[in-house]
Amino acid sequence: MKPSVIVFPASNCDRDAAVALEQASGKKPAMVWHGEASLPDTDFIVLPGGFSYGDYLRCGAMAGKSPIMSAVIEKAKAGTPVIGICNGFQILCETGLLPGALLRNAKLNFVCRTVTLKVENNQSMFTSGFEKNAYVDFPVAHHDGNYFADDETLNRLDGDGRVALRYVDNPNGSARNIAGILNDAGNVFGLMPHPERVISPLLGGIDGTRFFKGIIDAAA
Amino acid sequence: MKAKITITLKNGVLDPQGKAIEGALSGLGFDGTSDVRQGKVIEVKLNESDEAAARAKVEDMCKKLLANPVMENYAIEILA
Repeated sequence: MKPSVIVFPASNCDRDAAVALEQASGKKPAMVWHGEASLPDTDFIVLPGGFSYGDYLRCGAMAGKSPIMSAVIEKAKAGTPVIGICNGFQILCETGLLPGALLRNAKLNFVCRTVTLKVENNQSMFTSGFEKNAYVDFPVAHHDGNYFADDETLNRLDGDGRVALRYVDNPNGSARNIAGILNDAGNVFGLMPHPERVISPLLGGIDGTRFFKGIIDAAA
Repeated sequence: MKAKITITLKNGVLDPQGKAIEGALSGLGFDGTSDVRQGKVIEVKLNESDEAAARAKVEDMCKKLLANPVMENYAIEILA
């Protein structure tokens, strides 16, 4: 696997993502600055967490229009796996690679704690490291994680099994307790929780290690 | 020419900031206030003399960046 991590101004989980990928794959990912016009040779792209562009205008809005994003969108449409974590999820929604939007948390507070998630679809390459209906613990840290889409879109996501992860105890008001969704083709995944933050017992857990290992194994 | 764009959350989209403002207003004794909604205003100066052209340009800006049609509506005002 040749992973790459896109770095936006005010990304702050880019290095965590790189460490998690390296731990799982044994390869150092390419770190790609958002201002680049093209991607290096890559077969797995991570849009990391953070507060790109200071969350100005809307979370992920400006990052979604960064020069590198045309290449990312093109790759995603051609089938290259792309994962967006937290701010990366917001960016994927802003670009239209994933449906819906992430609104301000329903109770207005910044939520920063570990949440339990149910793996509702383990058939995707992103969640194949887990049993179906397994429970995993990932941290969340966001102010705008309240997933919103119209009923028709939500029904379609549910009907097609594209809600891969659901909150057991909804921390932000997300529609139908949605924590992570897949695109129609199954190669783009966005989630608000941070698997890259639980890759060692020293960090509070290893569910993230299983998550990234599952992706690497599925890609092999 | 100057354009003023008002961006609001669509009806039915939860607006927790509006709700918090509503609570604070009622705390200040403003009775009978309801349905407080918060939005944002963006002003743009345009090097454009034709109003229709200016409007078309701002419309394009709204579609490409300023508003997210999933959750927001926008209204454009062209100011002389």
